[in-house]
Amino acid sequence: MSAVDVIGVSKSFAVKKATVVALDDVSLTVKAGEFVSLIGPSGCGKSTLLRLIAELDSPTSGSIAVFGKTARQARLDQSYGIVFQSAGLLPWRSIAANIELPLTLHGVSRTARRERVAELVELVGLTEFASSYPEQLSGGMQQRVAIARALAERPGLLLMDEPFGALDEMTRERMQAELVRMCAETAAAVIFVTHSIPEAVFLSDRVVVMSPRPGRIRAVIDIALGDVRGEKLREEESFFAGVTAVREALHGAPESTAATNAARGVDSR
Amino acid sequence: MSRLRAVVFGVVGIVLLGVLWEAYKAFGPAAGFSAFNTQLLPRTSDLAMPHLVDMLTRTVQPTNSSADSQPVWLAVALACLSSLGTAAVGLAIGAIVGFGFALLMLRFRIAQAAVLPWLVLSQTVPLIALAPLIVAWGGRIQIGAFAWDRWMSVAVIASYLALFPVAVGALRGLQSPQVAHVELMRSYAAGWWTTLVYLRLPASVPYLISALRLAAASAIVGTVVAEVSTGAKGGIGRLIIEYAQSGSSDPTKAFSPIAGAVLMGLAAAAIVALVGLSLGRFRRNEVAT
Ligand SMILES: Nc1ncnc2c1ncn2[C@@H]1O[C@H](COP(=O)(O)OP(=O)(O)OP(=O)(O)O)[C@@H](O)[C@H]1O
Ligand SMILES: [Mg+2]
Repeated sequence: MSAVDVIGVSKSFAVKKATVVALDDVSLTVKAGEFVSLIGPSGCGKSTLLRLIAELDSPTSGSIAVFGKTARQARLDQSYGIVFQSAGLLPWRSIAANIELPLTLHGVSRTARRERVAELVELVGLTEFASSYPEQLSGGMQQRVAIARALAERPGLLLMDEPFGALDEMTRERMQAELVRMCAETAAAVIFVTHSIPEAVFLSDRVVVMSPRPGRIRAVIDIALGDVRGEKLREEESFFAGVTAVREALHGAPESTAATNAARGVDSR
Repeated sequence: MSRLRAVVFGVVGIVLLGVLWEAYKAFGPAAGFSAFNTQLLPRTSDLAMPHLVDMLTRTVQPTNSSADSQPVWLAVALACLSSLGTAAVGLAIGAIVGFGFALLMLRFRIAQAAVLPWLVLSQTVPLIALAPLIVAWGGRIQIGAFAWDRWMSVAVIASYLALFPVAVGALRGLQSPQVAHVELMRSYAAGWWTTLVYLRLPASVPYLISALRLAAASAIVGTVVAEVSTGAKGGIGRLIIEYAQSGSSDPTKAFSPIAGAVLMGLAAAAIVALVGLSLGRFRRNEVAT
């Protein structure tokens, strides 16, 4: 069974009499355990698509199934974990208590909770910060806490909206490597929104390239780089080939001027 | 460090005020200053502006000439305690009802549209006009052994003043969580009550503390004014009137209950601040109101 089936989904927003078509007839299937990135210029509807899958909003037309259930049922069943662009930790809860929150809300017993939290802080390498508060952590650390929180209930699907968007390049690459490792451990399917082409290529099994106004899927690019992805990969020919393929799909034609990249709000770091 | 600074500034301010008082008394025009038949600056006679030292000495002397009369400071302190109790009851009622309104407005959009204008309007009704009404209504209440007392009317008036800042502040606090946090709770399939307990209530704490600070001040002012206008016995409001009436014969006495009322306000603010300290965990993203 596939993790996510998006079939012919459109979404428009009414903004002061005018309607903005954020998504137009988008179809996408994500297999269980698959890592799929969404990339495209600002405003092409990446976040909107993610929010529809998370049922934080509902589509104007079309249908969305998550593990064969309606998006609503999937949300009620906690079939997914979500990570937003900002970490969104509750400032009055300690790191451990933040990670624990979904477990607390869903009536997991105290001992089971404590065990799971210990596992998770270990997984994201923050064991000695378990009793700290979010304000005492750096942005990258906070983002790791948010990821741990999203993984707390072992969801089969992880939705991530530019989780590393606010991080510096070095932290970002380290977080990407960690994410690859964590995904291998948890075997969750991931839908990952990003603006960075190398990031998308490094992480994904498939990269979905979108175009704006109205938001559509322009191309889907298979990245066959295998399951084991270390730092070395970033310097390999196959990696660069992936980057080039995504870039060309983004720009619609084989061209490679940095100026147009910047102009379209997509960086090619 | 900054706390020490605040204390120093506070003390300097009070000393400065005292110096200003004495300086004006020493060098100001004896008849004060008036323009267009309006007195703008007070006379400097001992009757209008007694020396600070005289005021202080008066507080340790007996209230009146009868043998068993208390010293003034004790009478003032007892009256302050009584008023403080009434104000606390008023504040508690006002805070609970105000918070209830806030919850109602949070839960139902319509309630916000329907209740908020009335709340704002209610605050424009002058207290003096309200006091006799409430006393009159209260006078009709008699349930078994329970009989309505004057001080209860005073507490009701105090609560009426305390309600508004709490309702408005709590509503703002309950609505303060970021969209991302609200959506996070939604992604956890958390219902309205769960979201309230785990997100909105903790997020509203800083707003509630500053609302309570305002409400406490309002409750004190409400209590004193209501005591004056309802003639409730035992409180500092009554004492202010009583001592002021003996003004011509005993001018220094009138200032003690006024100082008492000020100290009472400070005490109330300090109590709220203590409550705030115990909730420090929730004030990591403190807001300024
Ligand atoms: N709640 C909303 N109300 C009105 N219009 C909206 C709303 N949410 C999104 N839109 C519009 O839908 C379009 C797609 O927005 P979306 O946030 O999905 O873009 P995005 O691809 O995530 O962009 P970015 O890369 O900048 O995050 C935009 O034109 C935006 O203005
Ligand atoms: Mg977005």
